[in-house]
Amino acid sequence: MKKYQLGEFEEIVMLTIAILYKEAYGVAIKNEIESRLKRNVSMGAMHTALVRLEDKGYIRSHDGEPTEERMGRPKKYFQVTALGKRAMEYSRETRNALWGAIPDVSPNVKFS
Amino acid sequence: MKNNPPKRPLQFLRWFCREDYLDEIEGDLTEVFIKQAETHPRKAKWKFAWSVIKYFRPEFLKSFKNHQPNAYGMYKSYFKIGWRNLVRNNGYSVINIGGLAIGMAVAMFIGLWVNDEISFNKNHTNYADIAQVRYSNFDQSTHTTGGSDGVPLPMGAVLKDTYKQNFKHVLMAWWLGDYSLTAGENQLTAKGEFIEPEVIDMLSLKMLRGSNHALADPHSIILSQTLAETIFGATDPINKTLRIDNNFDVKVTGVYEDLPRNSKFGEVHFFSPWDLWVSANNWIKDSANDWNNSSFNIYIQKHPHVSYEGIDNAIKDIYYKPVARADINHKKVALLYPMSQWHLYSEFKDGRPAGGRITFVWLFGTVGFFVLFLACINFMNLSTARSEKRAKEVGIRKAIGSAKEALIFQFLIESFLVVLLAFVLTLILVTISFPWFNELAGKKLSIPFTNPIFWLASLTFVTLTGFLAGLYPSFYLSTFQPVKVLKGAIRVGRFASLPRKVLVVVQFTVSVVLIIGTILVYQQIQYASNRPIGYNREGLLTLPINDPGYKGKPDVIKNELLNTGVVEDMALSSNTMTKSNRHLSGFNWPGKDPEKEASFNCVDVSYGFGKMVGWQIIAGRDFSEALSTDSTTIIINETAATYLNLKNPIGEFITTRGGQSLQIVGVVKDMVMDSPYEPVKRGIYFLDKNYVAARQIIIKINPTVSAAEALPEIEAIFKKIVPSASFDYKFVDDLYANKFSQEQRIGKLATFFAILAIFISCLGLIGLASFIAEQRTKEIGVRKILGATVTNLWQMLCKDFVTLIMISCLIATPIAYSLMNGWLQKYTYRTEISWWVFVATALGTFCITLLTISYQAVKAARMNPVNSLKSE
Repeated sequence: MKKYQLGEFEEIVMLTIAILYKEAYGVAIKNEIESRLKRNVSMGAMHTALVRLEDKGYIRSHDGEPTEERMGRPKKYFQVTALGKRAMEYSRETRNALWGAIPDVSPNVKFS
Repeated sequence: MKNNPPKRPLQFLRWFCREDYLDEIEGDLTEVFIKQAETHPRKAKWKFAWSVIKYFRPEFLKSFKNHQPNAYGMYKSYFKIGWRNLVRNNGYSVINIGGLAIGMAVAMFIGLWVNDEISFNKNHTNYADIAQVRYSNFDQSTHTTGGSDGVPLPMGAVLKDTYKQNFKHVLMAWWLGDYSLTAGENQLTAKGEFIEPEVIDMLSLKMLRGSNHALADPHSIILSQTLAETIFGATDPINKTLRIDNNFDVKVTGVYEDLPRNSKFGEVHFFSPWDLWVSANNWIKDSANDWNNSSFNIYIQKHPHVSYEGIDNAIKDIYYKPVARADINHKKVALLYPMSQWHLYSEFKDGRPAGGRITFVWLFGTVGFFVLFLACINFMNLSTARSEKRAKEVGIRKAIGSAKEALIFQFLIESFLVVLLAFVLTLILVTISFPWFNELAGKKLSIPFTNPIFWLASLTFVTLTGFLAGLYPSFYLSTFQPVKVLKGAIRVGRFASLPRKVLVVVQFTVSVVLIIGTILVYQQIQYASNRPIGYNREGLLTLPINDPGYKGKPDVIKNELLNTGVVEDMALSSNTMTKSNRHLSGFNWPGKDPEKEASFNCVDVSYGFGKMVGWQIIAGRDFSEALSTDSTTIIINETAATYLNLKNPIGEFITTRGGQSLQIVGVVKDMVMDSPYEPVKRGIYFLDKNYVAARQIIIKINPTVSAAEALPEIEAIFKKIVPSASFDYKFVDDLYANKFSQEQRIGKLATFFAILAIFISCLGLIGLASFIAEQRTKEIGVRKILGATVTNLWQMLCKDFVTLIMISCLIATPIAYSLMNGWLQKYTYRTEISWWVFVATALGTFCITLLTISYQAVKAARMNPVNSLKSE
């Protein structure tokens, strides 16, 4: 059984949250992912991921001040929890371990 | 505002999205949208919509079940607030609840009455298929179409034979009548019906004893439960013997459950076979083939699948086809008179049912609705008037988030509270005044407390009234804008009170119309009863010559009566003083226009008749016993004299259809014998020397003797001379008064309704006036300080209302005029609608209104300004 459940997209979202640190709210996360990874992010998909992550306890949220540009709606800021951090680390370690396990005989393995 | 996100997707989002995510999602989408809209507004919109659709997934859907929070607390609070409001403003509450209760009580009475009227005969299972056979015929002498439910005996056989495919039952019957029943020593009179045995099935009688074939034996009788108990008490009535009219014996073969009172047969307490009646009356057998003797009743029950129209079409020519059975000149047409019309359509026009009590059902229904409507208007007026007091409450409720719907609901609940209280009061009022109502309406009704339909109807009624009364206030109050209301008193402009004024005008218009109507009904009754009737009806008795034993006895009776001293005179006539029933045509006279109709109303009278009833001879002389030639003389009335158009009618001759020549010896003033509202018919009085045509004995009691003293002596003489005849006398006075009974009843009811209407309207005025005085307390205080007198203030407060009443009177006058004019058209002899009725009503209404509001106005005007100004 897997210790930490974390999908690929979920991982990206979590990483972005960590990058943005105090400024991680919906639109900012979306923009960050879009600019860094050059991929289109659907609001709905991202939101679903956020909801799941929050359910799993990897991130937590708090409401910010309502702003003009959002027509009075408050921003919801996300933060990675300690559990979330461990999940990210676990995911990274498993990958590293896997990377490390690739034998040197095939140095030209292509990853695309 | 161009950059707002598109509305519909947003609404959709708000509808499905979980509330804890909604803010965030909406914010995010809006932010993205606004950024994009700067460069690509159109694309941004599409994108927004598309994003919303993508959000439509399980994670974000709100739970649609059990979404409503528990609202019990809220309803409780509504009731509590409503109750507190009622208790705090107890004056208004009394007016409101009292007015509404009176309105509802009237509506309930009328509802019960209408229900009783329209449910007549409906207790019979075959209600829709039962009918009576009638005929209508055209009378050539009077050019009128008449009709009767008396039909010839052979018609029954033809219906049973030739037309049998239409009918389940065709039952010959005798008329409903009173019969004496003797069981041993016991004798009593009961209404009964002789009819063919299938009646048990047709009327769906519920047999408590005996079978459905209990009348198969000709010498049988079935009794209602009540009658069986009255005669036999606790003992078993079956197989006991009864004697009907001291004439024939019957054996009790069954007991049926009493029919309800609101059924044609409700008063009938026994049924006996038709064959028994035939065997007891020999003449009936002789009529078996006589199509001209219309003395019988036929009841039918048709098959459900055939229509009345179909049968009517089939049987209409039964008198003449396939063979002419009756005199072709009478043009008789047979028709069915369905049970559903027996009660409500009992008046006939041109031989067909054309109205009757149905008019009253409509009339009272409308009036009841209006009285209730007035009470509802009161409620609306007081609620909206008081709304300014509650404006702050509405403002605060709205400010802290109460939706408009919730406020509407709250005020509706308050109105329901009032209506429910009023309903309880109504039940009490109705229970108390039921005996009085029954007397007025001539019914035996009671509140059907155990009937679920009654409660269902009441519930509907309460809901409807609550809704009707609460609708306007609740919608009006809930539209207040919290900002305006909380900033200060609402001054919603000059037209804010307009709806209220309109309602007051409506209320008083209805009241004034009812008052004018009442006055005119009474005027009409008064007018007709003050009409000179051409004879003196005081102390006149009339009794029918209904027994062969009278033959040759009138002179003996007269002598005996005169000997007692209690009787002043006696005479005989062919009809009662209050009904003319013989029209003869074919008269001829010198100078008659051949086109002119020649029928006259004919009355045969004995010597001394005229003198006794006190007719007034305006020309010529009375019949004289001294002149033997008087048997060929006549006396005509004034109308006839005008009609004959002779210069001097005395001494002229007119000839009958048979060629007999009659000399006119006198002209009398018109005597009102028929409807007091109709012109007197042209009449001819014949001398009936040998009492050939006499049908009524008319007696004048000695004016010095009281009727109570005279009657026993008169009866004794009749019993002595004609023992077999019943002493069935009537006072002419009473008979004449009966002609007014319907109008009297309308008059009484109209008075009652008019008083209620004005009372309810005034209740409303009291409420409004006191409210307005209260609202203007400060203004009155300031005016007083500046020197206004009580009179000034009184004028100021009354002015508004007086204007409204004036408008009401102006509106009501033409309405009342046209309505009452229509009603009076029914009567040929009718009172004029004079202008003073309207003026008097208007003045009266003004006085009542002024009295009502003056109390409040003066109270407000006399207040010490110090008190009114210092309070805040």
